[in-house]
Amino acid sequence: MAVLLIAEHDNSALNGVTAKALTAAAAMGAPVHVLVAGQNAKGVAEAAAKLSGVEKVLLADDALYAHRLAEPLAALLVSLAGSYDAIVGPSTASAKNVLPRVAALLDVMQVSDIIKVVAPDTFERPIYAGNAIQTVKSNDAKKVVTVRTASFAATPEGGSAAIESVGAASDPALSTFVEESIAASDRPELTAAKIIVSGGRAVGSREKFAELIEPLADALGAAVGASRAAVDAGYAPNDWQVGQTGKVVAPELYVALGISGAIQHLAGMKDSKVIVAVNKDEEAPIFQVADYGLVGDINTVIPELKAEIAKVKG
Amino acid sequence: MKILVPVKRVVDYNVKVRLKSDGSGVELANVKMSMNPFDEIAVEEALRLKEAGKATEVIAVSIGPAQASETLRTALAMGADRGILVKTDGVVEPLAVAKILKGVVGEEAPGLVILGKQAIDDDCNQTGQMLAALLGWPQATFASKVVVEDGGALVTREIDGGLQTLKLNGPAIVTTDLRLNEPRYASLPNIMKAKKKPIAEKTPADYGVDVAPRLEVLKTAEPAGRKAGVKVGSVAELVAKLKDEAGVI
Repeated sequence: MAVLLIAEHDNSALNGVTAKALTAAAAMGAPVHVLVAGQNAKGVAEAAAKLSGVEKVLLADDALYAHRLAEPLAALLVSLAGSYDAIVGPSTASAKNVLPRVAALLDVMQVSDIIKVVAPDTFERPIYAGNAIQTVKSNDAKKVVTVRTASFAATPEGGSAAIESVGAASDPALSTFVEESIAASDRPELTAAKIIVSGGRAVGSREKFAELIEPLADALGAAVGASRAAVDAGYAPNDWQVGQTGKVVAPELYVALGISGAIQHLAGMKDSKVIVAVNKDEEAPIFQVADYGLVGDINTVIPELKAEIAKVKG
Repeated sequence: MKILVPVKRVVDYNVKVRLKSDGSGVELANVKMSMNPFDEIAVEEALRLKEAGKATEVIAVSIGPAQASETLRTALAMGADRGILVKTDGVVEPLAVAKILKGVVGEEAPGLVILGKQAIDDDCNQTGQMLAALLGWPQATFASKVVVEDGGALVTREIDGGLQTLKLNGPAIVTTDLRLNEPRYASLPNIMKAKKKPIAEKTPADYGVDVAPRLEVLKTAEPAGRKAGVKVGSVAELVAKLKDEAGVI
């Protein structure tokens, strides 16, 4: 049988994490079908069909799936599950919301946040904020799996799969969408960015965050991240949080500014290729994972850094 | 309306865990244990709803070894009215926990179950969604705001890129995110009072649940290590290294 992969999207564009989760799904050794559930999401299905190795794209285009609420989306996935050995999704807020619901309806124990496919039924996943890696074998007939996308390379384009429409499943009518506020930004997304500039509590205020961290990010074409302390203090919005309970990222370059480096934060970024840390406390734990550390006050270092980068980028 | 709050006993979030030398798991002997931080937020939210007159009783339930009664005492000291301990030995996976909780919900008939979004030991992030599925109830995960109104709840959720607000009809499941509230500390008089509050003892068999794990743990290993690099003396040196040595800018 095949693997069903849930596409992450906003009805207009396919999110890049889908191509990364596809790499994990394909590693399970069976043909992969991608499900695009949304409203007016044909463009998303067309983008998914171009990903290399996708055998078929299922498009469930209905107002019921406009916001991918857990109850109707789970009903749809359960209605399709009979034809699949495994249901896979990226570890996004949307898939983390719906997949355990699907798993319970199928009486399956989900495997969350896998970082490696060892065999079609065996996976590696982090526990304790990544301080241990567990290898688990699922003994359920069907697998339900979420994928930590930072651990997988994106599958390139190069396919031309057929797109098949599937009808909507019945509406459980348990919840209704009220509103959504999504911040518009020209910056790359955290989970897709090649460079991330991240600020911590030492930044000091929301104004300073905007004055110091964000311009440096823009100078590097980077996404902006934050530690939990900075988010809790209101310096940065919650979806910028990097860490065990926020986003897990693995960019080419991660610049940690005024972040002390609690284990919960390290859990979210320690797989980055190159880590730079600037902190005025030379004992800060962040220096234990940093490739390049600079002891100094971010208030003076950041403007210098910006100027120096402008010089080399010329 | 009753509110049910499941609480899990986990290794304290400040403890850096060590692995057992035989690779069978994480060392739990002589390690400080605490209530899962997201569950503290769940208890706090339930108490605030009760204090606002939206709920009549807050019931804490824990599934775990005998010592999980300490975790329940913490919830009672914060202000929960009574506790239920479902005693188990060994690992109980989220699916089995959800099945047991379904049984508890059947007996207690709460209008709301508030759970932590994930436990900081297994980092699964599943139990609330699974319980919602088994009950056929609506769910609002990763909540940053909960408003209880007639016959339902209005919940604002932290999603990728921003916030989403949902209206849940009838009895519902909410899982907490970090920004929902700041949990209170239990006062000494309340800790003393909590010792007298009742804790009922149950077993999974009372709810007809088989807790045998579905996932077989083959190995538990250290993550690939990361060595500390070098300290640089100046911004110019840092940028030069990033450009020439690391080649990332």
